[in-house]
Amino acid sequence: MARLLGVDIPNDKKIEYSLPYIYGIGLPLSRKILAATNIDPHIRAGELSDDQLASIASTIAGMKVSTEGDLRREIQQHMKRLLGINCYRAHRHRRGLPVRGQRTHTNARTRKGVRKTVGVAHNPNAKKGKV
Amino acid sequence: MARSLKKGPFVQQALLDKVDKINASGGPKKPIKTWARSSMITPDLVGHTFLVHNGKDFVSVYATENMVGHRLGEFALTRIFKAHGAHTAKVSK
Repeated sequence: MARLLGVDIPNDKKIEYSLPYIYGIGLPLSRKILAATNIDPHIRAGELSDDQLASIASTIAGMKVSTEGDLRREIQQHMKRLLGINCYRAHRHRRGLPVRGQRTHTNARTRKGVRKTVGVAHNPNAKKGKV
Repeated sequence: MARSLKKGPFVQQALLDKVDKINASGGPKKPIKTWARSSMITPDLVGHTFLVHNGKDFVSVYATENMVGHRLGEFALTRIFKAHGAHTAKVSK
């Protein structure tokens, strides 16, 4: 198990596929990093030497991409700004609904989460004439 | 798709004229009633209050520094959020 950028521990997959376990790095960026460091993308992450790991870490740092905590904080800040000015997007964030105009009649499960049945909670006393 | 940079931000001309007039006169910044929801908030508009039409009423929007780059309509919602609630006496009447 290799350690990169603090807490991240990509496993014994090919390095090309284990870099995306870092938050903020996807497959295209992973390939770019490996091309820049001249590391064979097909060797396993565990087989990398310390030097190679260090060069990967420094390449990521040099690319000026934020990863992990930094990236999460950045996203939080952007969201906070929206919430502060109370715009339409802020309302969508607050309600946990899609922000960019997607349909919500169906789908939108990523934002809405697991289906939960909504309905009127019936009050037994609410029947005609009884209230 | 993003708007072409060549054109610059869109602000309704009539709205811009009104703001310029108030800025030039240095008078009190009275709320400006407007239907121009698609007008971008530019630095000129900061500090003014707009009454933005939402299709029914005019919502008061005070433009701040942070709002620059957003459009007036983003701050005047056109829909009312209706949630399902408990079946109360008032509802079942």
